[in-house]
Amino acid sequence: MKQSLEIAQNLMLDPAEIGQRELERLLGRLVGNRIDYADIFFEYSKNESWRLEDGEIKAGGFSIDQGVGLRAVSGEKTGFAFSDELTFPALAEAAQSARGIAYGSGVSQKSLPHSKVAKVPSMYQSKDPLGSLGESDKIALLQKVDSEARRQDSRVKDVIVELSGEQRIVYVFRNDGHIAADVQPLVRLNVTVIAEENGRREQARSGGGARTTYDFLIDEDRALEFAREAVRQAIVSLNSVETPAGTMVVVLGPGWPGVLLHEAVGHGLEGDFNRKGTSVFSGRVGEQVASELCTIVDDGTIPDRRGSLSVDDEGTQAQRTVLIENGVLKGYMQDITNARLMGHAPTGNGRRESYAHLPMPRMTNTYMLPGDSEHEEIISSVDKGLYASQFSGGQVDITSGKFVFSASEAYMIENGRITKPLKGATLTGMGAEVIGKITMVGNNLELDSGVGVCGKAGQLVPVGVGQPTLRVDGLTVGGEVV
Amino acid sequence: MSKAAVVSVNSQDAGAELQDVVAGALATARKLGADAAIAKAFRTSGYDVTVRMGDVETIEHINGKGLSVSVYFGKSLGMSSSSDFANQAIDDTVRAACSIARHTSDDPCNGLADPDRLARDFPDLQLCNPWNIDREQAVDFAMQCEDTARGLDTRISNSNGASVSTTLKHSVLGSSDDFMVARKSTGHSIGCSVIAESESGMQSDYWATSARDPADLDNPELVGKMVAERVVRKLNPRRLKSCEVPVLFESRIAGSLLGHFIGAIHGASLYRKASFLLDRVGTKVFSEGIRIHEQPHLKKGASSYSCDNEGVATSPREIVENGILKGYVLDSYSARRLDLETTGNAGGVFNLTIDTGSRNFDEMLKLLHRGVLVTDIMGQGVNIVTGDYSRGISGFWVENGEIQFPVEELTVAGNLQEIYQSIVEVGNDVDWRRRTRTGSILVEKMAIGGE
Repeated sequence: MKQSLEIAQNLMLDPAEIGQRELERLLGRLVGNRIDYADIFFEYSKNESWRLEDGEIKAGGFSIDQGVGLRAVSGEKTGFAFSDELTFPALAEAAQSARGIAYGSGVSQKSLPHSKVAKVPSMYQSKDPLGSLGESDKIALLQKVDSEARRQDSRVKDVIVELSGEQRIVYVFRNDGHIAADVQPLVRLNVTVIAEENGRREQARSGGGARTTYDFLIDEDRALEFAREAVRQAIVSLNSVETPAGTMVVVLGPGWPGVLLHEAVGHGLEGDFNRKGTSVFSGRVGEQVASELCTIVDDGTIPDRRGSLSVDDEGTQAQRTVLIENGVLKGYMQDITNARLMGHAPTGNGRRESYAHLPMPRMTNTYMLPGDSEHEEIISSVDKGLYASQFSGGQVDITSGKFVFSASEAYMIENGRITKPLKGATLTGMGAEVIGKITMVGNNLELDSGVGVCGKAGQLVPVGVGQPTLRVDGLTVGGEVV
Repeated sequence: MSKAAVVSVNSQDAGAELQDVVAGALATARKLGADAAIAKAFRTSGYDVTVRMGDVETIEHINGKGLSVSVYFGKSLGMSSSSDFANQAIDDTVRAACSIARHTSDDPCNGLADPDRLARDFPDLQLCNPWNIDREQAVDFAMQCEDTARGLDTRISNSNGASVSTTLKHSVLGSSDDFMVARKSTGHSIGCSVIAESESGMQSDYWATSARDPADLDNPELVGKMVAERVVRKLNPRRLKSCEVPVLFESRIAGSLLGHFIGAIHGASLYRKASFLLDRVGTKVFSEGIRIHEQPHLKKGASSYSCDNEGVATSPREIVENGILKGYVLDSYSARRLDLETTGNAGGVFNLTIDTGSRNFDEMLKLLHRGVLVTDIMGQGVNIVTGDYSRGISGFWVENGEIQFPVEELTVAGNLQEIYQSIVEVGNDVDWRRRTRTGSILVEKMAIGGE
């Protein structure tokens, strides 16, 4: 944390000649007599991206975005303004706009508490991922991935490889004197493959990443494995047949199919919806909401994971929060404002896309703990049903609880055996019902490869998901009527 | 409370500042040896107020800016962007793009647009119509909207809030071909989302009005009334058995069907051969009588532009005429890849319009007769390579042309090629203020997945 603090100060505060005194003056402007909470959030992010297509580096991009968000909260009211000018006068003006909410007058007479720097262990190294590999090595990596994909199968017609790296540096100064800083690395590689056979074309994607340097992609040949995986999925799709429509037993594979939990359960357990009573899970803490086999956690403390955080965007240390234990609803994911209004403790889930957005409760890495069943045992327990192992994403309606998620790789299960591959299909259900219909939980917990992006109220943040193999006794599947 | 300034920088000043930023970036690119460059800078300002349960929830002030630059060294491309307009930052941004261009491959299709195609006429499209209300008035409008919705039915038990927002955007696009154009536009909206409850559970819905000119917005009470009616009728939904029936896509969501079509005739999908509509120009892709066209120069249009993102002049054009595909959606790069001419669509399509029949929404329900009215679509199940379509839906079961009961937890599936060929009718229930101008769309038959 000390190192992060120095990096943040050197990069953002010192050049703008903003020190402790200036921060306190800004907070003074932000905090009226009726303000419960206020913070100043500095952010600097830089991002690079490279794209290889037709075997050539077609595009490269670099961007820098920096700014400051200033927030004043009074009861349930929030005033917010941001500035991408890092100067004291610009921030003072933004502070004035943000506090309009308080309808109070004058500068707070209360003196600010002594500031203290959060002592939090970092969940990742602070090394800059963009500089962790030379430009020519980045390009060599893309080319290697491209040729690995092409040499897998002659039916591969097109390969697109995208590499991106980001460094995000945040510094939070709160009216309770709490100061926190974090340096967050993030790398990602994606492979898209188009395969063709007898005039039929299919596309598949694979990829992964983490909060570390590009070495992650090179170590253990991970990037090459993503290439092989994308080819495997594209080739499977070439022989896929129509999916039957209807409600059936669905077995979800381990890892990325944890999108189910993210949609069916996770969003509905975010503090804001539950404070407002708009979630299907509102007011149900202590109730049996899922089958006894289910224990679901949100854990921001797994080192180097895409969804992990040392501190959230309000300076609260990330933690492991048990959401559902043996089927009983244990608690919600909270930011500072919703925790205060509900009389709960913050859980380190206050996140924002950038300084230009307001924080709200968001997931980190959300997954189900393993059970006792063997993967094969779960498959063989199904007479007729669907096995889905890859998904392109999902969506949920918090209030009614209905959710959908879209399988990109799925198979029929017939007489306990995986048979023919199916075309992409949409699965839908009611979150609160579906988790009650989980009848088998595998012993094979896997986390996803590091590709999750979660959108809420127009704000995107990186997240992780995971689960062991699950048997769900009844999901509605979209497809052909048979 | 002081009057909030919608425009934090004087209009003239913002335009002049952005022109300086773009000119500075282009000059730096030239100095660093770039053969060609294109730069775009923007500034947005405004605010967004939300009230919930009769009280102010958030007041957000928007005040952002950005610069993006593309440079060409020979036929190699580098791109960069920044939110900092300081001279040193602009210099660093252009340098970053130049440094990237040293590592990217020569691609003969790269480069600026053909100078002959650049826009020369910039008629006033009346896109800038500021809304002179202060924050207190905006809060009052949001309150009126939410109060109306909550007061209309006792089953409306909760609210996600009502919002009023107004923004002003200035932008300048310039290239090393001595092209420079400045643009300013406004956008305003009033929206509301409330929750109704019955023994069988909660339902929410959302309704909004948005326009470039505040005079074109629906009044807050009407927005409140619309959302209240919509949410109450969703209560006590049932499920359906899997079936094959006609499907009517409500106009609010019907634009998504046209969005997938545009995705399939987009240059990048075509040169990657990743589209179900490859090589189909001149052939029938929609049912007879369907006309789809672009109208980029509509006054106050949500998506009106004199030129595209490369400066290429836009013009009204036919995309589908009597069901037959007349052209693609191309920028200069994808056009060169396909050995075609750009269609002036760098950045997208402009006021995409599908011509309607003469039926209003009630008459469309009569025409549907027996089937599903889809009001909400969820999920990502659209495959542009194959046209396979499978999505989560909710809506209403319709018999004898009349809504019977709400339905949910269903899927609808088919292939877009067949869906487009089996459009029976397009209703005239169009909201002309939207980016995609369509009425409700009736499809002859689709597979509904249910119990």
